[in-house]
Amino acid sequence: MNKNAGIMLTETSSPLIQWLWRSVMALVGIILITMYYDVFDYYEVGIVILAAFGMALLGQNWPGIRWYIAVVGLLSLFAVDRYANNLDLANTDFFLSYMLASQSAVMWMSVLFVMAMVVYFAGLLLRSEFIEKVATTLTWSASAMGLSGLMVRWKESYLIGPDVGHIPVSNLYEVFILFAIITSILYLFYERRYQTRALGGFVLLVISSAVAFQLWYTFERQAHEIQPLVPALQSYWMKIHVPANFVGYGAFSMAAMIGVAYLLKSWCQSAKPDGILATTLPELTVMDDLMYKSIALGFAFFTLATILGALWAAEAWGGYWSWDPKETWALIVWLNYAAWLHMRMTKGWHGRPMAWWAVIGLFVTIFAFLGVNMFLSGLHSYGTL
Amino acid sequence: MSATNPLSSSRKKFSQRLFLFLGSMDLAITLLLALAVASIIGTVLQQNQPYTDYLIKFGPFWFELFESAGLYDVYSAIWFLSILVLLVTSTSVCVSRNGPAMFRDMWNLRTHVQRKSLGAMRHNTMWSVETSPEATVTELESKFSKLGFRIRQTPKTDETLVSAMRGGMNRLGYLLTHIAIVVICLGGLMDSNLPLKLAEWRGQIKVETQDLPLSKIPAASKLAVGSQAFRGSVNIPEGQSSDVAFVAMRDGYLVQNLPFQVEVKDFRIEHYATGQPKSFESDLVVYDDDLAEPLTTTISVNHPLIYKGYAIYQASFSDGGSALSLEAWPLDSQAGKEPLSFETKVFERRKMHWGDNSSQLEITAFRPFNINPDPTEDDPANVRNFGPSIGFKLRANTGEALEYQNYMLPVTRDGRDYYLSGVRTNPNEEFGYLYLPIDDEGELTGFSHFLQRLHDKKISKVIAREMTLATLNEVANSDQNLARSLQDTLIKLVDMFVEGGFANVTTFIETTLPEAERDTLGPAYLSMLREILARVYIDGLNLADRQAPTESQLMFLQDAVDAIGSLSRYGSPIYFMLTDYEHVQASGLQIAHAPGKPVVYFGCAMLILGVFLLFYLPQRRFWALVRENGNQTDILLAGMSNRNPREFDGFFEEISEKLKYTQGNSSSR
Repeated sequence: MNKNAGIMLTETSSPLIQWLWRSVMALVGIILITMYYDVFDYYEVGIVILAAFGMALLGQNWPGIRWYIAVVGLLSLFAVDRYANNLDLANTDFFLSYMLASQSAVMWMSVLFVMAMVVYFAGLLLRSEFIEKVATTLTWSASAMGLSGLMVRWKESYLIGPDVGHIPVSNLYEVFILFAIITSILYLFYERRYQTRALGGFVLLVISSAVAFQLWYTFERQAHEIQPLVPALQSYWMKIHVPANFVGYGAFSMAAMIGVAYLLKSWCQSAKPDGILATTLPELTVMDDLMYKSIALGFAFFTLATILGALWAAEAWGGYWSWDPKETWALIVWLNYAAWLHMRMTKGWHGRPMAWWAVIGLFVTIFAFLGVNMFLSGLHSYGTL
Repeated sequence: MSATNPLSSSRKKFSQRLFLFLGSMDLAITLLLALAVASIIGTVLQQNQPYTDYLIKFGPFWFELFESAGLYDVYSAIWFLSILVLLVTSTSVCVSRNGPAMFRDMWNLRTHVQRKSLGAMRHNTMWSVETSPEATVTELESKFSKLGFRIRQTPKTDETLVSAMRGGMNRLGYLLTHIAIVVICLGGLMDSNLPLKLAEWRGQIKVETQDLPLSKIPAASKLAVGSQAFRGSVNIPEGQSSDVAFVAMRDGYLVQNLPFQVEVKDFRIEHYATGQPKSFESDLVVYDDDLAEPLTTTISVNHPLIYKGYAIYQASFSDGGSALSLEAWPLDSQAGKEPLSFETKVFERRKMHWGDNSSQLEITAFRPFNINPDPTEDDPANVRNFGPSIGFKLRANTGEALEYQNYMLPVTRDGRDYYLSGVRTNPNEEFGYLYLPIDDEGELTGFSHFLQRLHDKKISKVIAREMTLATLNEVANSDQNLARSLQDTLIKLVDMFVEGGFANVTTFIETTLPEAERDTLGPAYLSMLREILARVYIDGLNLADRQAPTESQLMFLQDAVDAIGSLSRYGSPIYFMLTDYEHVQASGLQIAHAPGKPVVYFGCAMLILGVFLLFYLPQRRFWALVRENGNQTDILLAGMSNRNPREFDGFFEEISEKLKYTQGNSSSR
């Protein structure tokens, strides 16, 4: 247990491993490009190169993500192989129907995330490092099943029909999975960086809520059925605009949950200084720092995503900015966090008010993400409930 | 001419204070949040809708209040733009105030620091080495360089200072992000409709609010080809072309002339196997004197044509004036007896006269396919093909209109076929449906024939007499008065039925019969009515003597009676049957000219670069003060970072270890 973690430079992997990992990523990239050279366009070649580069970078000092990428890759390849060219195998093949068909994998993800949350909180309350490590493993597994599920869903969409096939980030069901995956990976990154697992339960709480919504959405509305893309979504921008956006949403959500933990700890410290929360949660300054890091990350990616969205809008909607409700709410979210960051960086505010603000920011973000689709009409109506 | 002019000094003070206020962080944060809150309005209140919709929604009082606050187009309202202008001003002032210092800070290695201030820094360490001060400095410098630091050596009185810095570009992040905001807003301003508003305000242009043909739109509502930004739209039917676009403004529009002519050759919708639309495409030809030959291209959603800086988008589609062949079947006795064929087009209007009445027929829509849930059933999953349909309105001279929807193909119910026609009085209602039964030949003739017979007073008189005689014979009564009265009642019942259906007859029974007789006479009247309707029908069949009508003929009778009974609610004197069509579609193009786009994109690139520099390239400074101390050399190392003080703990540790290690130090304190 490293409560007074402060911050230490997380250990770097040995140069041999680093180079090995980079070579593997480069190799995979090269193999992909040579295999599909005839069908890829420049854009797709670019995406492969960027993805390989990004994964090489992420994995060079982070063993967890190396395992993650390898496992997801292998599971996905295995599932694709099992499928051959027959979608009906999703119900008959043992591995597919119980594990890897996208719907099954997503169910695994859901269960594992909820378990991880419970175990994280148990570890926190029982002050058991072992239990917390189990929770970390569960989170990795949940995320791996989720991402494999998305990969397999991608393949499944092509099995439905070559013209139906598309990357699974096109509707609310798919982006909820994406949200859970990205938020958990962000959390795992900072968990390692800050050497504390005490915040896991809090972050997993928001992920579990997303999972619960997603389950309701699946059973109530059959949202998991793969639908072909409407013409407006048939664009390469979707593949980068949506994930970039969800890095933003994920980071903002994480910041808000750390804000909750911060507020809890600061209350408990004054009310019951020896209480479990007051003693097990990380130092206030650590959480404050994490909150800032998280919002900065979210802000950077949200800026990127909004600009990508504007570039896309300039191709699809007749202008880079139309004051469409979704666009406008993206701006509102952006302005909100811009103000937060100015307060923090320039005016030096920190502590409780900023934690409160981060929590309120989550509600603004949720409205931009869901509320706009539910209550307001506009051009951006792909994700309607 | 004195420097102590009180007026100028107070003025100067004021301008200074204003400058300070404009560049203040409080103002900036307030503006950021104010802009966020103001932006919400436009998402809650749907923007740029027809003004009549707002009027209905809010009532006259609030409508005018909201209008004067510019809430129907918030994002170009003066007060909203003022917030934006203030934000841009505030950001500019901020940059001009802090920019130069930031810029210097990017390069400045801070060579003026003193031993005392280094010692006071949170991160510092000291150690000694055996090498000479000169050698030590050289080695330190080479190590710093290898670690990616920029360095500068400054000789002090009895010591040497090595200043090192990494991540100076962090400051560039500040400059880029803030300048980006100004650049983006200016680019956006270039593409806004502000110049149009100014021109309107000066009376140079006038927003047209009426729906006029292009040739009749006054010149004051037309915008010449120029470099100005606009976003307009135009519907072009297949085979036609346009050299203008319509720019929507408040409750009206302006006409923007284009420097080229664009023709829509063909518009296509492709579908997935499941029926959902897969693509919307238009084949375009652009004619321009500057082109050696016309430019032929295909645009689709997400794939616009960019020509001369004008972007042409596939935005929508509609009917382009499909040619329709209609047959008008009279339902009203004054509307004639025989069906009348005529040709028309979608969006055409024509006056119709029947008897003393007239009204206007407005064809509003045509759809070649209707694969819909059955509108008369509750199950939305039960989709079926209803064939082509037309939508039209019948507008009475009072201006009120009934809206109709007629399907070309008959629908089958319980094995019998009907023509289906929906009617409603306003667009928020569901359609109510009229079922016109089809005869054995698959025509409306049978129904029409029966209806004509009911309209024909002579026929109903003959049948009524026959029926009266038959009835009186049965009861062996020959009272002439009774016979006359019965006959009159029968004729009257038929008339009432044709006029207003069974409802009309029931009302008659309830209002004119004495209450005592109502229970006995009422049902008798209704059964007599049914009887005479049946007789009129069967008589018209011209069956061979004594031959009974078939089952299907009786069914037809029932359907026909039901249909005639609901004609009064149908409201139209005519049933329009679609017999043939030629589908012409119109492609809805959005045409935009955005000269500010490159500016905005440049700003966006700056913003992204700036944000990442700002957050992920911390500026880290180190100072090493090297001093000779006997036969040793003492080194004082201090460091600071402008971001991530926590992470800097570890970083400082790492750097100082590396410096010490290679120094082969003897003792470390």
